[in-house]
Amino acid sequence: MQEEIQLSKEELARYSRHIIIPEFNIEGQKKLKAAKVLVIGTGGLGSPMLLYLAAAGVGTIGIVDFDVVDDSNLQRQVLFDVKDVGRPKVEAARERILGLNPHINVIAYNEHLSSKNALEIFKDYDVVADGTDNFPTRYLVNDACVLTGIPNVYASIYRFDGQVSVFNYNNGPNYRDLYPEPPPPGLVPSCAEGGVLGVLPGIIGSLQANEVIKVITGIGETLSGRLFSFDALNFTTRIFKVAKDKNNPLTGEHPTLKELIDYQQFCGIVPEAVPVVKEISVQELKQKFDAKEDFQLIDVREQHEYDFVNLGAELIPLNSITEQQHRIARDKPVVVHCKAGTRSAKAIAALEQYGFTNLYNLKGGIVAYAKEIDTRLPVY
Amino acid sequence: MAQLIIPTPLRKYTANNATFTTDSITIEQAIEELTNEYPEVKPHLLDASGRIRSFIKVFVGEDDIRSLNGEQTELKDSDVVSIVPAIAGGAL
Repeated sequence: MQEEIQLSKEELARYSRHIIIPEFNIEGQKKLKAAKVLVIGTGGLGSPMLLYLAAAGVGTIGIVDFDVVDDSNLQRQVLFDVKDVGRPKVEAARERILGLNPHINVIAYNEHLSSKNALEIFKDYDVVADGTDNFPTRYLVNDACVLTGIPNVYASIYRFDGQVSVFNYNNGPNYRDLYPEPPPPGLVPSCAEGGVLGVLPGIIGSLQANEVIKVITGIGETLSGRLFSFDALNFTTRIFKVAKDKNNPLTGEHPTLKELIDYQQFCGIVPEAVPVVKEISVQELKQKFDAKEDFQLIDVREQHEYDFVNLGAELIPLNSITEQQHRIARDKPVVVHCKAGTRSAKAIAALEQYGFTNLYNLKGGIVAYAKEIDTRLPVY
Repeated sequence: MAQLIIPTPLRKYTANNATFTTDSITIEQAIEELTNEYPEVKPHLLDASGRIRSFIKVFVGEDDIRSLNGEQTELKDSDVVSIVPAIAGGAL
């Protein structure tokens, strides 16, 4: 195929720093131009990856994301500008990387990657680069890559930790060989407790782009069969061996998985059952404040969330709510809130077991209050 | 003394300690010693039957204990044991 690929005079000039590397040369550049890479997720990892893959001259880049650009993305998603806030990510990303390199072809998929569309989208690509942010999509991408025979260049981040590997490449191991099962939802930190150091996806996403380029061009040694791990806090890097697992349901001795499954269910994520409790709207809470009514306000979030933004409530985190119930009034109305209303509903349901009947859940939590009542408050 | 490396997501259960040194002679004993010292970390490392959870990898040096002798893998003084949980990114 490379024989048919030609580089124009402009492209030769643009890619000259690649072409003069003996191991890379014009053949490597033609392979990049011929390659079709699908980047899943245009977040922290996707940002540097897309910029570098576009700059490097990957001929066709597909981008999958369903989200819109948010203010809180700009701390790490260097692909986007202030003016992009509110725009679909794939649209802003496409414009940005075509601005960087007009010689490439960019295909945007403004949709949620799912078991329904993954195989159809993947089949047109040579390499998939997984830069998603959740376990169900991780397993979906892995399984779809195995089923379509496409290498999966993997990277993942959390707070100060990063991981990179190459899966399903040259008969090497895949993600299920490394981690057969995801953590149950209760055991992993929730979005509220999560967070990531902004520069970390820059480091890890760049390493991921490097592996994509090695897979395409065949130069060097990829991370296939190895897991790279980086701790940004201590600056510790480690490389571990990843071996195939004979019990892998896709590629083990007795495969049982022959098609994509329901990954939300596989990851134990059922639509969260929010207990039904009495509610109060943010407007009603505002009226209580304005009328200086006698009521108690309890915040069941974590201290670091409280420090970021609060309504002057008494802080009793959800996990200590029943132990601390003596701090909660029984003789007047008590409004309980959290970030968005789920944790506070759980807190109320737990307290009602102890006979409380005067508790009201703030609908939409502090986020709704910040958006509808006091827009000076920051949201997160 | 072998050294256990605690991953950052679990450090809040180990009084923010990044490492744990142990005289234990097997992985199983080393993890037991760790969870005795920090009981809060136990449900995050072990399932109800006391086995290492399937989303946690344990490596001695660069080798997965699965390719060695599992939880009975013996430890030498100079060994560095890494506990590496699956991470998926910020959202869940």
